[in-house]
Amino acid sequence: MMRWNMKIKKLKEFLKIALNNKMALVGMVTLLFFILLAIFGPIFFPFSTMEFGEVEDILLPPSAEHLLGTDDMGRDILANLISGARISLLIGGVATAISMGIGTLIGIMSGYFGKGIDNLLMRFTDFFLVIPWLPLMMVLAAILGTSLWNIIFVIGITGWAGTARVVRSQTLSIKERQFVERTVSIGASNTHIMVHHILPNVFPLIFANTVLVAAVAIVSETTLSFLGLGDPATASWGMMLHYAFESGATSARAYWYYLPPGICVVMVVLSFTLLGYAFDEILNPKLRGR
Amino acid sequence: MGDDIIVEVKDLKVHFETKKSLATDLFHKDKKPLKAVDGVSFQIRKGEILSLVGESGSGKTTTGKAILQLVKPTGGQVFFHGEEIKSRDKYYMKGFRQKAQMIFQDPYQSVNPRNVVLDIVAEPLDVNGLVKTEEERNERVKIALEQAGMIPAEEFYYRYPYELSGGQRQRVVIASSMIMEPDFIIADEPVSMLDASIRTGILRLMMDLRDRKQLAYLFITHDLSLAWLISDRIAIMYLGKIMEIGEADEIIHRGVHPYTKALTEIMPTPGVNNRGKKRNVLPGETPNPTERINGCKFFSRCYRAQEICKNENPDLCEVSPNHFVACHFAREL
Amino acid sequence: MALLEVKHLKTYFDTLKGQYKAVDDVNFDLEYGEALGLVGESGCGKTTCALSIARLLPKEGKIYGGKILLEGTDMVQLSDDQIREKRWKDVSIVFQGAMNALNPVMKVGDQIAEAIMLHEKIKKEDALRRTERLFELVEMPADRIRNYPHEFSGGMKQRAMIAMALACNPKIIIGDEPTTALDVMVQAQILNLLEKLRRELNMGLILITHDLSILGETCDKIAVMYAGKIVEIGMVEDIFERTAHPYTKRLISCFPNISKDKVIPAGIEGIPQNMLEPQPGCSFYPRCHLATDLCKTEVPTSIEVGKKHFSACHRASEVLNGR
Repeated sequence: MMRWNMKIKKLKEFLKIALNNKMALVGMVTLLFFILLAIFGPIFFPFSTMEFGEVEDILLPPSAEHLLGTDDMGRDILANLISGARISLLIGGVATAISMGIGTLIGIMSGYFGKGIDNLLMRFTDFFLVIPWLPLMMVLAAILGTSLWNIIFVIGITGWAGTARVVRSQTLSIKERQFVERTVSIGASNTHIMVHHILPNVFPLIFANTVLVAAVAIVSETTLSFLGLGDPATASWGMMLHYAFESGATSARAYWYYLPPGICVVMVVLSFTLLGYAFDEILNPKLRGR
Repeated sequence: MGDDIIVEVKDLKVHFETKKSLATDLFHKDKKPLKAVDGVSFQIRKGEILSLVGESGSGKTTTGKAILQLVKPTGGQVFFHGEEIKSRDKYYMKGFRQKAQMIFQDPYQSVNPRNVVLDIVAEPLDVNGLVKTEEERNERVKIALEQAGMIPAEEFYYRYPYELSGGQRQRVVIASSMIMEPDFIIADEPVSMLDASIRTGILRLMMDLRDRKQLAYLFITHDLSLAWLISDRIAIMYLGKIMEIGEADEIIHRGVHPYTKALTEIMPTPGVNNRGKKRNVLPGETPNPTERINGCKFFSRCYRAQEICKNENPDLCEVSPNHFVACHFAREL
Repeated sequence: MALLEVKHLKTYFDTLKGQYKAVDDVNFDLEYGEALGLVGESGCGKTTCALSIARLLPKEGKIYGGKILLEGTDMVQLSDDQIREKRWKDVSIVFQGAMNALNPVMKVGDQIAEAIMLHEKIKKEDALRRTERLFELVEMPADRIRNYPHEFSGGMKQRAMIAMALACNPKIIIGDEPTTALDVMVQAQILNLLEKLRRELNMGLILITHDLSILGETCDKIAVMYAGKIVEIGMVEDIFERTAHPYTKRLISCFPNISKDKVIPAGIEGIPQNMLEPQPGCSFYPRCHLATDLCKTEVPTSIEVGKKHFSACHRASEVLNGR
């Protein structure tokens, strides 16, 4: 019980600092809005997104009936946007989790063991770091086929290299801290040290990094979908942009078609980025003091 | 007599390879090793406190770490309860690490800032799988904390290190070491980061544990007067070698080695005895430990230095019972 | 006129958690060529005291009252520009980790010369020549000014920092734990040097330290600080041999003395009070073995117990007489 009280106290303290940080506040509110939209939106806007509308419904400008107008298939854009939030956040979340998992594992192992293992893992990381990620993703997506989970997989395995680098350097510095040596001296195994001492201490950094990687993941999804490598069965924001472009909505000046998904992507990415910077500031012990 | 020797170190050497780089590889064929510890021997008995005194870079901390196999010795042997430490034998090391513990200098650094006191103290138990139930774990932590003077122990269970004072943190570290019921503790400057008024509490605690549990201590410090206060014997180290070793009072009041004498002479004392007296400081500076010195390590700063000191390294010789000095002129001084 | 007179100095820190009275009504003075040791444990306000004199306080810290008279001029009243003039020329500080403040990619001599040129309009050659003389003053070969910091040992770097502090012939030099990170032998060398300098240059020296044992040999006067206040001040002999404050007495006993019996001292129970929640009465009373009801309620004022020897304790005369 006491233990949980402590955790709750710490969380409260963290939230208090976070809410005092303007960047964090703006980021959190925006993100929360989209998350709630993704979860509850479809309940309030029960339009089917895949059903095509009537011919006279095609590319209607915003009106009372269709708040954001309709697309070239006569579907309601607002409804599409809301279900797109689900897809985009899902892809962002899962792909990020994969990236963070790989990045953390490789980063900690590399930093902790050093020497040969470090060399091997870091050259592997460098490979992913220097390879142009867009062509790589395109090739992978094309080979694996366009399905939602393939997209997630592709984004996940291409986005971890930066994280691995950052985690490695932090591990290197934590490894030198005296409590690690003390833990060795009481007979702890490497796994114990990595799990109980290194990981909790790199965690704030991973956390701050996660939101930035999530931003990249969402941009990547949008890019892939826009280029036609997305899952045609899902209506992500990227796919909406793709269809808008393909149907010539841009030249038809149907701004209500291509602007909303673009704005949504920008806002979500921006909110992640803001959060990332804010967490960095909050969790940086140098800025917080002892 | 021989049975109660807990730790014996014979001709211990730790040499570090200096940083390799392309430039050194190309231009200096032979790389200079840093001889952090260069042939150190001593014994510590049950219930005895031996102080290892020296300036920074004298190899005193490295000696301690080498005994615990936290750094790999380059040469020499370490015996624990009469048995040579088998650093490759995982099963043996597990037992050894429970019986020989180390207390580090900086209590701010030697505990994980993200763990609460309960977990810090219980970690050795967890790591070695020594307790089965939560109650047993809490009970052992309670005993250890109370032994270390943290009373009432339960009050501290869920505190984070940053909520404790420096002295309390060091007590937590001591409790965590004591929970394994070791019989040998290496204390590396355990009080040098603490305020004077807090210091004595920690020292008393260490002495008390020694008296009750017959612990053997290797006390590593740069402070000669502190070493005198708490230890039975003192070893003076300089550049990886023991210059003089003997009973604490003997070293302080009847030191023989020129280096020991220089140290005792400048030792500050709280009082007005040395008022206005110019301190007799040694000339020059301590040579770089990578420098190759064939003769006596102290040669370059010694007022007695002769030709022989430059070329020949003096061995420790017994000047009076249990008092050894490494100087060619030990018997004349 | 005394070189420096500090009168009722009050320096408080305004933190998020409340006001922190780091220095609370501190009085002392310093003559030319005199050395004062300011001793106390971490957090007692000794460094804040030094920073106040040099007006180098961090932005949370502010002098709320009192005077700092340097040759009669009140440092508290000076504007930032005027203080910049005075600092270093009149008062300079050598910090604990000062040797780590040297720029690693610049020659030591150039760094000192650059600092001189910032304060005085002189040519670089002249500044370098002055630096050479300063090096000789701190007993280092003049040609070492062309070395980089990594070619210096810790003691030499600290000497270079002292040379830098001396560059503009200050009247007062404040050493804030100048030898704490150094080995004993180097510490002795630096203390010898500081002592020589203050005698030769007739400077005032304020030595701030937690190590009471080095003050007996180095200083003329000692001020003992506890929780933002000077609890006892007097000549070195007074402090060590006619101690009149229980804190001083216990503090002295905490340092091993090889000429006395080999017993581990009792130390001082408890921890200093939380300065954010000051209690009424004497700040030392929770840890004091002589505390009475009076101590709990009334802050003791500083009383003269001997010639120029002050103690802020209700029972000072009893302590003086051996309790």
